[in-house]
Amino acid sequence: MSRLANTFEALNQAGRKALVPFITVGDPYPEFTVPMMHAMVEAGVDVIELGVPFSDPMADGPVIQRASERALAHKMSLRRTLGVAMEFRRTNQHTPVVLMGYLNPIEAMGYEEFANAAARAEIDGVLTVDLPPEEGEHCAALLKARDIDPIFLLAPNSSAERIQKMDAVGSGYLYYVSLKGVTGAGHLDIDNVKAKLEQLRANTRLPVAIGFGVKDAITAKTIADLGDGVVVGSALISKIEANLDNPEQAKQEIIELLAAMRHAMDNGV
Amino acid sequence: MKQLIKMTEKYTMPDARGHFGPYGGMFVAETLIPPIQELNAAYQRYLDDPDFIAELDKDLQYYVGRPSPLYHAERWSRELGGAQIYLKREDLNHTGSHKINNTVGQALLAKRMGKTRIIAETGAGQHGVATATVAARLGLECVVYMGAVDVARQSLNVYRMKLLGATVVAVESGSKTLKDALNEALRDWVTNVDNTFYIIGTVAGPHPYPAMVRDFQAIIGREAKQQYFDATGRLPDALVACVGGGSNAIGLFYPFIDASSVKLIGVEAAGDGIATGRHSAPLSAGRPGVLHGNRTYLMADDDGEIIETHSISAGLDYPGVGPEHAWLKDTGRAQYVSITDNEALDGFYALTRMEGIIPALESSHAMAYAMKLAPTMRQDQTLIINLSGRGDKDMQTMAKREGIEL
Ligand SMILES: Cc1ncc(COP(=O)(O)O)c(C=O)c1O
Repeated sequence: MSRLANTFEALNQAGRKALVPFITVGDPYPEFTVPMMHAMVEAGVDVIELGVPFSDPMADGPVIQRASERALAHKMSLRRTLGVAMEFRRTNQHTPVVLMGYLNPIEAMGYEEFANAAARAEIDGVLTVDLPPEEGEHCAALLKARDIDPIFLLAPNSSAERIQKMDAVGSGYLYYVSLKGVTGAGHLDIDNVKAKLEQLRANTRLPVAIGFGVKDAITAKTIADLGDGVVVGSALISKIEANLDNPEQAKQEIIELLAAMRHAMDNGV
Repeated sequence: MKQLIKMTEKYTMPDARGHFGPYGGMFVAETLIPPIQELNAAYQRYLDDPDFIAELDKDLQYYVGRPSPLYHAERWSRELGGAQIYLKREDLNHTGSHKINNTVGQALLAKRMGKTRIIAETGAGQHGVATATVAARLGLECVVYMGAVDVARQSLNVYRMKLLGATVVAVESGSKTLKDALNEALRDWVTNVDNTFYIIGTVAGPHPYPAMVRDFQAIIGREAKQQYFDATGRLPDALVACVGGGSNAIGLFYPFIDASSVKLIGVEAAGDGIATGRHSAPLSAGRPGVLHGNRTYLMADDDGEIIETHSISAGLDYPGVGPEHAWLKDTGRAQYVSITDNEALDGFYALTRMEGIIPALESSHAMAYAMKLAPTMRQDQTLIINLSGRGDKDMQTMAKREGIEL
């Protein structure tokens, strides 16, 4: 079983939900990321999503766009991201790491070379925002052959047929985008999420992580009750942006927020 | 007018999922899959619908002012001493460029689909103006995204869009040009998918846009073919058009694709020169990759990050190109060349002084290449150049270059 499947299985048996932070690799500078990852694990996260910076992040709101720009200013890239993941793995063998990014860096590297390099870096999952299953079957097969889970997005307007398609090509977990919009948007509608989750459950047995619009311990708890995992990104990256002159402070605030979310998810708010 | 669908017999690209060989496709985030499928269904349905075609034809004739003339530039041809040069006068269309052919078509689709809000991206502002124009006419809300750099260099068009009732959003992210405007329009679309129709201005984006925009622009080539045939009983020897995203070029080329004796030549912007890296010529000096929903030639670095482009003309300042051009290049059916900023200026002045027609800086790239090509051809041969737009919008840029305060 993959590290991701194991993680969700163990959480499920313990009656707990996955806390999944998203940070952009190399933001605010390259050496920040690995210690940040370890500190997040200590704060109780279960899976880490690493955002691979891209020059044209079409599905991201301003907060993650600027994180990408800061990382690119330090020449962060897909190859260097794999290096960061490898460094993290040296001292952490249990926390799944998922790469989340856009297709063109993978196109530039070559699908096969990327799949091999990701396997060497012991990456557990790859989520490519602009690679729907119609175009992504080749890539998904290369990843699966190396025990890497291809992870797909679902949206509020995804049909039952789409959900079944993702269930067939995806593995690890499905990422439900809880609202129509870009990352960091603020109009989360809990009743809509609740209704949609019923449809998702009816069409897939994969764990469902829910993201977009999770800001604080209360939203994390509310969302956790509906799915199998909670993804939080812009709220963390905002801490980095607010403390560009003091990254240690940013790290501290991120840890505090994640610890509060963990606590709320496990014990109620 | 079934022609809209059946314009070529042998050439049948793209396939049902929008692929031109390895190019094209539908590379978008999941939220955009349903609206793109909805759009594709509407597009397939209405291109076959006599009522829709009749309405489109009527708008093209009475609102756009079609057919546009095919003008024999006799003095310029004589001066260059080679091929006979004909200009397809898209500059004479309402709003001053070929862009309106496509916005009229897409706006009619939006209306039939019951969408109440229109968004668009624009570089030079020509597509933004053409979109704001049709939105005003149909009483639809209109938001146009434009890179902050372009807002500054095309301020006249910004004012026109505002006059027409559109909201113009200056995009401050990335390189602040056309590609960033496209990113921002896509972000708007995922947020407002239910009531919003995204009118893309060129043959880029996910399927069905490249095919759909081509089909709306193919009126250019259809008319030119008929007009030239009526005048001479023959086909022309070569077609020349500038290539930004590639919509005016494919619009001219498409009805001629099966006619293998007709050379198709696309002209990219070489900016300061290909060797300097400061250009916008992905077909001449780029590599295949995926951006804005399709696979095509792109200007990207070894890590796959999109690199900044440069051209004197905002409308050519784009790091990608329509996927069909990538296919036509690889198969050798079309040929792609490039023209520097300075050469384009030569083309601009030549047409202005020789024929009394002031071309857009985008179109000036095609003029400049024709100046090189025509003298290598015989006097009984013919070159049709797409004059995609008029130069009014570039008066400030040109005056500033000449040190004149307007
Ligand atoms: C007059 C004119 N020609 C050409 C272009 C380039 O676009 P395309 O390559 O899609 O024709 C533009 C774009 O703004 C334009 O305004």
